[in-house]
Amino acid sequence: MIEIRDLHKKFGALHVLKGIDLEVQKGEVLSVIGASGSGKSTLLYCINGLEPIHQGRVVVDGTDVHAKGTDVNKLRQKLGMVFQQWNSFPHLTVLENVALAPRIVRGLSMAEARDVAAKQLGHVGLGDKLNSYPNALSGGQQQRLAIARALAMEPDYMLFDEATSALDPELVGEVLDTMRLLAEEGMTMICVTHEMGFARDVSDRVAFFHQGTMEEIGPPAQIFGDAQSEHTRRFLANVR
Amino acid sequence: MFDYNFHWRPVLKSLPDLIEAGMVTLQVAVLAMACGIVIGLGLALIRLHMRGPLRWFASAWVELARNTPALFQLFFFGFGLGAFGWHLSPYTIVLAGLTFNCAGYLAENFRGGFQAVPDTQIRAARSLGMTSVQTYLRIVIPQVLRIVYHPITNQMVWAVLMSSLGMMVGFRELSGETQFFASRSFRIFEYFAVTAVIYYAIVKIILGASRLMALRLFRY
Ligand SMILES: Nc1ncnc2c1ncn2[C@@H]1O[C@H](COP(=O)(O)OP(=O)(O)OP(=O)(O)O)[C@@H](O)[C@H]1O
Ligand SMILES: [Mg+2]
Repeated sequence: MIEIRDLHKKFGALHVLKGIDLEVQKGEVLSVIGASGSGKSTLLYCINGLEPIHQGRVVVDGTDVHAKGTDVNKLRQKLGMVFQQWNSFPHLTVLENVALAPRIVRGLSMAEARDVAAKQLGHVGLGDKLNSYPNALSGGQQQRLAIARALAMEPDYMLFDEATSALDPELVGEVLDTMRLLAEEGMTMICVTHEMGFARDVSDRVAFFHQGTMEEIGPPAQIFGDAQSEHTRRFLANVR
Repeated sequence: MFDYNFHWRPVLKSLPDLIEAGMVTLQVAVLAMACGIVIGLGLALIRLHMRGPLRWFASAWVELARNTPALFQLFFFGFGLGAFGWHLSPYTIVLAGLTFNCAGYLAENFRGGFQAVPDTQIRAARSLGMTSVQTYLRIVIPQVLRIVYHPITNQMVWAVLMSSLGMMVGFRELSGETQFFASRSFRIFEYFAVTAVIYYAIVKIILGASRLMALRLFRY
C-alpha cells in the first residue's frame, strides 16, 4: 500500500504540492488527471524519492520513503516508473536496456537477467527486437521497451507519467493496450494521464489535481458523470 | 633563377632514424592523451559538480591551456620550472606540456558531453534503483564517450602535431631529429619535406584506426 500524508513540495518559492492525502491499495489502478503544472509529475517523483519533500510522509509498504535511513535504491525496485520521454538507453540494445538493472541492481547473473528481460520484452510485444538498438524503434515501441525495463525489476507498483503524451497519435493505442494488460493482471498502478478514455475504462479511481491540491477523488463514474467540484467539471469540459 | 639542386640521398640514409623518431613522437602523444583524457574527465566533473578552490583550480587550468600558446606551456615546464631549480628532462617537459594542453581542451569536450546527456536519462536509471555511481558508469559515461569520440580523435592528431614544438626545448622527437640532421647536412628542405610526409602518414594511420575502432565500439 502507498500512503501519502499531508505531502508538501516546493521548488524554491513555488509551492507545487499543498498537502496531499492519498492511499493506494494493492491491486488498485489510480488515474491522476489535471491541468499542466498542477503537480502531477511531481507527485510521482515524490513517491519514488526522485524529489525530496518539504513536509508530510510517503509510506510504501510500511517504509517511509523520505526517512533518513531508507535505502531508496532498494525501495525503487518496488516502484517501476515510466516517463513521458521514453528514455531508452541509446547505447544499449533492447535486450541490454532491460537486462542491465536486474543484473547490477537485483544482482542476477547475466543469463538470468537476459531471461527475465526476454520474457518481459515478449510480454510487451517486442520479442522480435531483442538485438535492435532503440534508435531503430518507433516511439511506441520505445515506450513499451521502457515498460518492460521497469517490469524486469519485478516491481509491486508501476508509476506512469503521461506515458503516451509524447507519442504520435497512431502509436498511443499500442502503449495504452500494454498498460491495460498490466491492469488486468492485477498490477497496482498510478497513471498520470491525459487519456480520459483510459482513465474512465481502466481505473478504479480517478484523482483530479488542481493547482497543487487534490481537488477530488472517486470512481470514474463519479468524476466523469457527477463531479462535485466546479474545477473538475470545467477541466473535463475543456478536454472533451 | 631557380637553381637549387635537390639532394635526397642523405635524407634517405637517415630515414630509419627519422622513422624511429616518429615512433617517439607517437609515443609521447599517446601518453599525453592517455593522461589528458583521465585528467580532462576529472576537470570536467569538478567543474560540473563542485564549488570552491578545487573548481577555481580546474577552471584556471582549462582557461590557461586553451587561451595561451602551446609553446608557452611547454616553456613553462621547461624554462619556467627550471628557473625555480626544477629541471625536467626534455621528454618529461614535452609530456607534461602536452598533457596540460590536452587535458584543458578535453575537459571542455567532456563538459559539453556531460551536458548533452539529458537529465531524464539519469532519472530513468535512478528510478530503476541504480546508484549514482552505477548511473554514471553504465549510462552517462558511455554516452559521453560517444559524443566526445571525434573531438578526442582530433585532439590526438593535435597532440602529434603539437609535439613538434618539442624541438624548441631540445627534445629529439621527429622534428627535433629532423632539425638535427638538416642542420648537419644543410639539406633543410629535403629533410623537412620527408618529415612532413611522415607526419602525414602518422596522422592518417591515427584517423584510420579511430574510424575502425568507432565501427566496433558504437553500434548505434
Ligand atoms: N525541477 C523543477 N524546478 C523548478 N520548478 C519545477 C521543477 N519541476 C517542476 N516544476 C514546477 O512545478 C510545477 C508542477 O510541475 P509538474 O511537472 O509536477 O506538473 P504536471 O502536473 O506534471 O504538469 P504537466 O501536465 O505539464 O506535466 C510547475 O509549475 C513546474 O514548472
Ligand atoms: Mg508532468
